[in-house]
Amino acid sequence: MSAPTAPLSRPSPANPPAQHNAPTLRGADPETPRQAFRRGMIQALPFLLVLIPFGLLFGVIAQTAGFDVSQTMGFSVLVLAGASQFTAVELLSHDAPVLLVIASALAINLRMAMYSASLVPIIGAARPWERALAAYALTDQSFAMAVQNAERRPQATLAQRLAHFWGAAVVICPPWVVATYVGATVGNVIPADWPLDFAVPITFLSMVAPMLRTWAHLAAATVAIGVALVLAGMPNGTGLLIAGPAGMCAGAAVEAWTEGRKRSA
Amino acid sequence: MTHSATDVWIVILVLGAGTFLIRWSFLGAVGGRAVPLWAERLLRYTAVAVLPALIAPMVLWPAANGGRPDPARLIAAAATLAVGLFTRNTLAAIVAGAVALGLGSWLI
Repeated sequence: MSAPTAPLSRPSPANPPAQHNAPTLRGADPETPRQAFRRGMIQALPFLLVLIPFGLLFGVIAQTAGFDVSQTMGFSVLVLAGASQFTAVELLSHDAPVLLVIASALAINLRMAMYSASLVPIIGAARPWERALAAYALTDQSFAMAVQNAERRPQATLAQRLAHFWGAAVVICPPWVVATYVGATVGNVIPADWPLDFAVPITFLSMVAPMLRTWAHLAAATVAIGVALVLAGMPNGTGLLIAGPAGMCAGAAVEAWTEGRKRSA
Repeated sequence: MTHSATDVWIVILVLGAGTFLIRWSFLGAVGGRAVPLWAERLLRYTAVAVLPALIAPMVLWPAANGGRPDPARLIAAAATLAVGLFTRNTLAAIVAGAVALGLGSWLI
């Protein structure tokens, strides 16, 4: 998966040795932002297997429920968050009060505040407009990719991390909008007997499994899953707002404990 | 649906703005300021905590199977997890899960 190693810069008239802005520290990441962008794009491609069918499905469901094309597109462009869009359309089509629709759909998206906080150490040093754009493009997938990238390339510069994020976002966000449009205008093109519901669990597991490198990561996942299952009955996925932090505390506690043991050993 | 077009647009605009503010919250407001060590330690585990917790009920109690555990889906989840752990490769894990799910629902 790693990008081809960039040729090391040799002193030459066109490439003087004293480049103060070039990374010269040992272990610095040689990847150019362009390469990081491309790597982000390539790594995000598998998620299209989920985003395109679900975008299509959202378009179809919204049309069937009586929303017009501009409203359907309004959801996918302005909200850009699948699960909350499905919930809002479902509740609106069953004549739920507007305030309840908004509260329920927002509750589903509250988990993204945790994603937003986790991105601070990764791309928080970016310019304000870049952070606003990154916030717009913050999804489960782009978030997971940014975390995975930061863990695998701890030496990466802000420019490299941002470029990787934009590469992923470009592959993840526009296809959701386009697929919604196709679903809303062309109709259902997915066979009804496909077990599409399970595409989400499979892709999420595939993002998380490679990240389970330490006992602390494993503890975080296990505790969060346990709490989430116990609280599965809470409305609009709000149990997740307890399960997530519980798992995070477990991970941090195990990390502190293993570090303490290493120091005293 | 008895909602007027105005109602629908109110939902879209408020939900869109609210969702953006949720996404922007920490990244936008905290930005480049230093994060305390304890917070950074907690935040390292956001992804491995939240993402599995989000899908755990879907794996155990899939709505498509009436909320009852489905062997094909359980096998697919196990295959995805195992290949992902072993190869550290997201694409390989997705392919394993999809193949297991396809085979499982065809056989069972």
